[in-house]
Amino acid sequence: MKAPSFDYVKVQSLPELLGVLVERGDDAKIIAGGQSLVPTLNMRLSAPEILIDINGLEELKGIAVADGYLRIGALTRHYELGRSDEVAAHAPLLAQALPHIAHEAIRSRGTFGGSIANADPAAELPACLLALRGRLVIAGQNGERTVDVADFFHGLYETAIEPEEVLVAAEIPVLGGGERAAFDELVMRHGDYAIVGLAAMAKADGEILSDVRLSFFSVEGKPVLAAAAADAVNGKPLNEEVLQAAQAALENDLDPLSDLYNTAATKLHLARVLTGRVLSKLASGGA
Amino acid sequence: MSDNSTLSELDRPNSYIGRSVPRPNIRRLLEGRGTYTDDIVLPRMAHVAFHRSPHAHAMIKSINSEAAAQVPGVIRIVTGRELAEVMTPWVGVLSHLAGMKSAPQHAIAVNQVCWQGEAVAAVVAENRAVAEDGVELIEVEYDELPVVADMETALDEGTHVIHPELGDNLIFQRELDVGDVDAAFAEADEVVEETYRFGRHTGVTTEPRIIIADYEPAEDNLTVYLSSQAPHMMKNLYAKHLDMEEDKVRVICKDVGGSFGIKVHTYADEMATVALSKLLKRPVKFLADRLESFVTDIHARDHRVKIRLGIKKDGTITGMEFDDLTGVGPYSMYPRTSGIEANQVVVLTGGPYTFKNYRAKATVVALNLNLMCQYRAVGHPIACAIAEGIVDDAARAIGMDPAEVRRKNLIPDDAYPYIANSGLTYEKLSHHQCLDKLLEMMDYDGLRQEQAELREKGVYRGIGLASMIEVTNPSPMFYGAGGAFISAQDGVTVRMDHNGGVTASTSITEQGQGADAITAQIVASSVGVDIEKVRVVSGDTEVTPYGGGTWASRATGIGGEAALRAGKQLRQNIKVIAGAMLQAEPDTLDVQGGTVVDIDTGKERLALSEVGRVVYFRGDTLPKDLQPELVVSRHYVPKEFPFTFTNGIQAFHVEVDTDTGFVKLLKCWVVEDCGTVINPQLVDGQIRGGVIQGVGGAMLEHCIYDDNGQLQNANMADYMVPMAVEMPDIEIAHCSSPTKDSELGAKGAGEAGTCGAPGAVMNAINDALSPLSAKVNNMPFTPEKVLKALGKV
Amino acid sequence: MSTLYPVTVTVNGSPVTRHVEARLSLSDFLRQELELTGTHVGCEQGVCGACTVRLDGRITRSCLVFAVQADGGEIETVEGLSDNGEIDDLQTAFHERNALQCGYCTPGMLITANELLKKNPSASRAEIREELSGNYCRCTGYHAIVDAVETTGRQRQGGAK
Ligand SMILES: Cc1cc2nc3c(=O)[nH]c(=O)nc-3n(C[C@H](O)[C@H](O)[C@H](O)COP(=O)(O)OP(=O)(O)OC[C@H]3O[C@@H](n4cnc5c(N)ncnc54)[C@H](O)[C@@H]3O)c2cc1C
Ligand code: FES
Ligand code: FES
Repeated sequence: MKAPSFDYVKVQSLPELLGVLVERGDDAKIIAGGQSLVPTLNMRLSAPEILIDINGLEELKGIAVADGYLRIGALTRHYELGRSDEVAAHAPLLAQALPHIAHEAIRSRGTFGGSIANADPAAELPACLLALRGRLVIAGQNGERTVDVADFFHGLYETAIEPEEVLVAAEIPVLGGGERAAFDELVMRHGDYAIVGLAAMAKADGEILSDVRLSFFSVEGKPVLAAAAADAVNGKPLNEEVLQAAQAALENDLDPLSDLYNTAATKLHLARVLTGRVLSKLASGGA
Repeated sequence: MSDNSTLSELDRPNSYIGRSVPRPNIRRLLEGRGTYTDDIVLPRMAHVAFHRSPHAHAMIKSINSEAAAQVPGVIRIVTGRELAEVMTPWVGVLSHLAGMKSAPQHAIAVNQVCWQGEAVAAVVAENRAVAEDGVELIEVEYDELPVVADMETALDEGTHVIHPELGDNLIFQRELDVGDVDAAFAEADEVVEETYRFGRHTGVTTEPRIIIADYEPAEDNLTVYLSSQAPHMMKNLYAKHLDMEEDKVRVICKDVGGSFGIKVHTYADEMATVALSKLLKRPVKFLADRLESFVTDIHARDHRVKIRLGIKKDGTITGMEFDDLTGVGPYSMYPRTSGIEANQVVVLTGGPYTFKNYRAKATVVALNLNLMCQYRAVGHPIACAIAEGIVDDAARAIGMDPAEVRRKNLIPDDAYPYIANSGLTYEKLSHHQCLDKLLEMMDYDGLRQEQAELREKGVYRGIGLASMIEVTNPSPMFYGAGGAFISAQDGVTVRMDHNGGVTASTSITEQGQGADAITAQIVASSVGVDIEKVRVVSGDTEVTPYGGGTWASRATGIGGEAALRAGKQLRQNIKVIAGAMLQAEPDTLDVQGGTVVDIDTGKERLALSEVGRVVYFRGDTLPKDLQPELVVSRHYVPKEFPFTFTNGIQAFHVEVDTDTGFVKLLKCWVVEDCGTVINPQLVDGQIRGGVIQGVGGAMLEHCIYDDNGQLQNANMADYMVPMAVEMPDIEIAHCSSPTKDSELGAKGAGEAGTCGAPGAVMNAINDALSPLSAKVNNMPFTPEKVLKALGKV
Repeated sequence: MSTLYPVTVTVNGSPVTRHVEARLSLSDFLRQELELTGTHVGCEQGVCGACTVRLDGRITRSCLVFAVQADGGEIETVEGLSDNGEIDDLQTAFHERNALQCGYCTPGMLITANELLKKNPSASRAEIREELSGNYCRCTGYHAIVDAVETTGRQRQGGAK
């Protein structure tokens, strides 16, 4: 399990990075925290000719609030996300999700941007971003562009980032009045990727939820919003009947992929259980 | 106490036996200063990586290694055909397992590959990364063959035969029929039956398998550094298959990073490494990295058992019958064979109980999957789980409490010696004492009450019991009688140096269980010195006595007895010398705390360093007819019984989330009787580690193969081992029925935890599910299986 | 042979420079280049935790960092933390409680546990188990490790008063 041979460059500025990306094209691979990439290199599932280390790029760092958005630099480490007051205040969903991501030693290095760019269907952060209606800032030769999260995740490990581009940051609308977050996932072992997970946001007015966003991960090839289930809940006081309607509606929302240990039917069932739990949490004030 | 012989060896003054002495010699490991085999660097050491078959079954048409040979740093590429000229193949059968058959296995496949991961070519290079670069460039053309991956159909008429020369895919079959089972079932009020399945799993030692072979051509010497449990066995096999004089082979085991039965077998890639060293005349290192270890470290379990049990309304079990089927690898593993686990199931199932009508059948078939062999608790987890599972079913059928059914049927504590259905004798067990202690320790009645109350609230908790017996301290009847050079005896040499320090070299090996510590405790106690004065040497065939090593829960019981006998004799020798020096009768003296004392008064007479000084430097002052001997060797092999049985009982308390199928393990209790306990903390460590390994098999661990013989989860992320947070605390108590076969009286304890845990966990889950008329019987019990049992998916 | 890259790091307080291939992991760098073999390698995919070291003050999987990436960084391994006495109490507790058997997981376990106790010496058994849940131990069944960490935490709290 030794990585194949590759060249290495640690870029010092965004223009330098974009230059190397253009020059080396498909032969290049960006490394951020390396917590997803290095295992695939060690297993020789990936063999880039050159590894571009972006850890020196100041442009990709930092957490800030401006113009109603929480901006999280792509190089923000998981642990930084977890201890950020801004994140806790403006995107509590992320703060809730964080302890479920791997383990402390991996959170030391793994980055927010890496997790988004990697687009692992079982990852927590992409689903959170979807529930949070975030947008992604991507830089390329032609400058920066912004992609709405709804258009960002294309499929299994596939995103809107082009090979010669880099993810710079994510921007998340700050928590609105009456907005609540709830998060839950089912894992065999703490820190593993979940069998099924649910990141959810809603506006709450007493027991009545509206603008419900149920973002599932580890169900399909990319995070998915359960619209029909949300519709079943929106604007109604949450009671057993409404919950059951939402759970039933999931059939229309989700087309689960089986995994090594679970059939699609099991995943759907577990998604329903999580829906019940998470909606109850939202109604009762968020976790 | 003037007569020394009345003083038991075990409770001599300052005895360390029975005390939780912290293990000497492990601060090194705590500071990262151990020497595991991977830490060793030899001059000119080359590294090998293997090209491994992606197919489970195929003929090798051609191997093109031209591109690989061009990689800078690649030293040599060797195919199976070339290597076969240096190393002969082997066949994993034992003659006392009647009818067993297997095909010759080569270090590297020659014509036919029989499982995904079998080595096809070796790339030797300057370092491991370059070797892997070479491996990637090797091109092999295969003709795929039908894959035999389903044990249920392996013996069917139309199924492909993996080794046509053997006639069929049957490796071994064993039947046992005692009493009259049909009559027993006729007499029963209820006959319950069930089919249990046990997934394949594997050992996942944290330190992967590793070997460095150093062949030195000038003197034709071979030194092998190996992470292993049985260095003497391997020494013999290297010599045999390389056609060398055995005396020229030395096997050294430095620190071993866990073994659990994984590191006691003859792995083809390790044999290849040794052969490559001979071929290349330089040291060659091989480490089975984590991707390789999953497809090559032996797997275990993978049994399907149909079992029936008859019971009367009063709780008396009348008889039992079962049919066990297990699919092993394409070859029976050498030299211990892949038939022992099934054989153990036949021998052990229902062993704690008094019923006399027993019919058992076990069938072992070959599959194109990775090889299977003995892994911690060999057969026991299956034997225990099927019996305990069906006993709980029977209890439910007649509406009796499971603890009560056990009390009714466990062999009475005064019934020993007792001849089991297997024909083997239990010398002395303590089932009832253990059961009582367990129920009290866990507050069984309290838990039952809590269970009932919680059920009202929709919380489903369950309690599972598992009584068990364990085979330990095997005599030569286990392997030696079958023709394998696997020693059942062990030896210890003790030597006192001039300063009174004692060195003990033992043939048992250390892999973290504390063999060195136990040897030190016994030697210190029996010689009469402080434990700080004892140094233990193990794991080196050149400097330790010949012996079996560490497996089948034998090290303490057998190696410990040898240590006791050697230590005692050294003390006797010291007393004779001291007697001469002091003009005293040796029998009026004793050795305590490193000093020769008067046995009656304890008065200090002579420091051992003084004895040593005189013996080594002033022998001229001793009587002419006294030849002082401060080196003593003693050996021990169990003779009275083929095996020493131990017993114990475990309980698990679980909570099942009936919505998600998740099972939370709340707590575990164990009562164990392993005879004399040398070091309670070490025994408890073995039990706890063993329990969690058993839980792994019951709840998480599974080598998942598809129909094409492809292992689907061959990495550390997808193959789930137990981690800290999901595991419960484990409370332990002991009963003690020492074996009289040895003076020490110690029985084995290394595997008991693993033996009982799966059955206890299963029973606990099924107890929780019982009001919902749901039941699981297919390990590992993933949430999905629980949900299926509940009819929710 | 492919390109060699200079790596200068401070390891256990001492600066070292080596020229290595970019693909050399930090764990192999420590073990092979610097012969600091206390850092163990069990999976090379970040799962087992045996390779855990402290990099720039934070616990990190050394199998998932390339040595070149650590250039300019500060690394502490079990050897260094032993020499400077930082984990002496934890080591003693592990020894007394027999919280190690084969010892292969131990360096990573100690470094992870030490990190937890620095943050939260009064961690409960459940919290200890959770924090150690990324470190695989096949031998002990974890119970004794939790005991040893709990004991050390209590001692540290007592000492801090
Ligand atoms: C044992 C273990 C358990 C884990 N468990 C979880 C878990 O439960 N949940 C979870 O979500 N994750 C988990 N992870 C993954 C971890 O969260 C990773 O840190 C994360 O997924 C990727 O971030 P990274 O910075 O390490 O990315 P890297 O590994 O450096 O990169 C990942 C991919 O993204 C690309 N990339 C990275 N940054 C950028 C960028 N700015 N622009 C464009 N492309 C970029 C890289 O080229 C690469 O293809 C686990 C990892 C390990 C080792
Ligand atoms: S070797 Fe790094 S986590 Fe296993
Ligand atoms: S002590 Fe062996 S793996 Fe933990």
